[in-house]
Amino acid sequence: MSTFWHDNLPKLGQMFGAIAIFLAVLAVIFFIAGRANGKMQRPVAIVVFLGPALLLLLFGLLGPAVRTFLLSFKGSASHHWVGFSNYKWLFTDPSMRIVLKNTVFWILFTPIVTTGLGLLLAVLLDRMRRESVAKSLIFMPMAISFVGASIVWQFVYKYANPNQPQVGLMSSLARHLGFGPTNWLLTQPLNTFLLMIVFIWSQAGFAMVILSAAIKAVPADVMEASALDGAHGWKLFRGITFPMVRSTFIVVLATMVVATLKLFDIVRASTGGNFGTSVLANEMYSETFVRFDAGRGAAMAIILFVLVFPALIFNIYNLRRERSIA
Amino acid sequence: MSLLTRNKSPKIAEHNAGRKLFGSRGATITVWIIAILWTIPTLGLFATSFRPKAEISETGWWNIFLHPHLTLSNYSAIFSTSSVSGIPNGILPYVINSFVITIPAVIFPITIATMAAYCLAWVKFRGSDLVFYGIFALQIVPIQVALVPLLNLFTGGVHVGSVTVIPALHIAGKFLGIWIPHTMFALPLAIYLLHNFIASLPRDLMEAAHVDGASHFTVFRRIVLPLSVPAIAAFTIFQFLWVWNDLLVALTFTGGTEGIDPLNNKLAGLAGTWGSHWELLTSSAFITILVPLVVFFSLQRYFVRGLLAGSVK
Repeated sequence: MSTFWHDNLPKLGQMFGAIAIFLAVLAVIFFIAGRANGKMQRPVAIVVFLGPALLLLLFGLLGPAVRTFLLSFKGSASHHWVGFSNYKWLFTDPSMRIVLKNTVFWILFTPIVTTGLGLLLAVLLDRMRRESVAKSLIFMPMAISFVGASIVWQFVYKYANPNQPQVGLMSSLARHLGFGPTNWLLTQPLNTFLLMIVFIWSQAGFAMVILSAAIKAVPADVMEASALDGAHGWKLFRGITFPMVRSTFIVVLATMVVATLKLFDIVRASTGGNFGTSVLANEMYSETFVRFDAGRGAAMAIILFVLVFPALIFNIYNLRRERSIA
Repeated sequence: MSLLTRNKSPKIAEHNAGRKLFGSRGATITVWIIAILWTIPTLGLFATSFRPKAEISETGWWNIFLHPHLTLSNYSAIFSTSSVSGIPNGILPYVINSFVITIPAVIFPITIATMAAYCLAWVKFRGSDLVFYGIFALQIVPIQVALVPLLNLFTGGVHVGSVTVIPALHIAGKFLGIWIPHTMFALPLAIYLLHNFIASLPRDLMEAAHVDGASHFTVFRRIVLPLSVPAIAAFTIFQFLWVWNDLLVALTFTGGTEGIDPLNNKLAGLAGTWGSHWELLTSSAFITILVPLVVFFSLQRYFVRGLLAGSVK
């Protein structure tokens, strides 16, 4: 026990120390900068308030993004320029073709299914009298890490030899229904879809909560007027509800596209990217840190960025419109 | 005024009737079916973590309802500070690591982002809008793009030719080496969300304070910080979940340093090495899940309010 605390107490000390130093430095800077008066007051405030964030973003995101762009044109050890050969490999290598195909599948299916399910739930919740418990249960998986989620889902997908007891829920159900269980996570392309279900399970609650708030914000008299006009169910949804929440729907959809592209953990923890399930973000990690080819890894990161780019343009367009209204 | 209020209440009642009467029962049943389906996988993990080792591989977890046979031995095994199946001190050190990583990685970016958001919203200058859009755009940069160069910066510094611009920081494999990347990667979203909220604070309040001779620093501390609590709480949830549940940043920046590996990171590794020890894996996984759930449910009421400030009207 004492060696345990001997090892771990210093860590807690480091944590509290770091927080204390951080706050103390801020307090001192605020105190000194607060003395500035007259003409100096505004510029000093701008530097103190905005400076730290800009410096961190410059060194943490902007600079590295530029460097990665350059690395993607260099060889595995980043010593010499290789032109476009990393990109050429990326688009022609047979194993990469599976990775790209999987990534496209993920983008085509998961965002729309997740957001659509979120919308369906939001609409249904709006018609319920009491919603809080069911809502919390559906939202709960969002708080679970993708690693945790992969372990949770192992109890659904787990497979044992036919002569042994099946402890996986899906395998057991399949046997009861009379079609002998197979090793789900090894079966292509089924396994990719099974991993998508984990993502949908995890994120649908988030889509639901955001869309639910948007539906509640639809003015009462609009709904009421159309209900009096005899609009019910599907007609009310298509004619009134959906158009009113369309912009929120698209924002959530864009968020899901980005989350799907960055997805790494589910694949890594469930199959390790084997059995034809790998996606770009996972392969990028393997290429860089397992096979130590920084060039190819960087090229994949750049392709990810290019794929996300339309979502960026859309979001900025949306933001500008929103701000001009407000 | 009274006419207005009298007019309003039947309207709301009517609206609710129109919304809720038809399909109300069907909706309730559908939502509950989905809610139950959504809970079953987690329930399986939870139930398994309380079952004896021998039974886990023999029968499915749903048998726990037929033959309740519960034990806490799995939890006492992972929390014992003696060696557990190849882990010298149980999982407690990794729980501590997770907290040591997460708490500063939440406090640092929120503080820096609140300052930046206040500046962009209320201390406008030429080009401040451009800076805001730029930061917003960075939200979308996949962090994968930044990992390797940032790691190089930590281990080797920045050199232009033979001139050292930034010396090697030597913080990879230390806690500081994880706090800093998490802070950097959190800033775009944090600044964006907090800016939405802070920009919507009443203008009169700020102007009155300045007329009274308060500096920007006083306004920030006395007015902006206290009023921004809902947005700060919403982002706290987000950032806590993100850092606690993160795998990629931890894998990259701990570099496999045993002493600082967070729980989630260790769990991903154990999923391979403990492949046959389901009793240990499920109880560890449940601990990993429990902490964010507690944080989430205790701050839940802020979540939607702080997130949607200014976006849904």
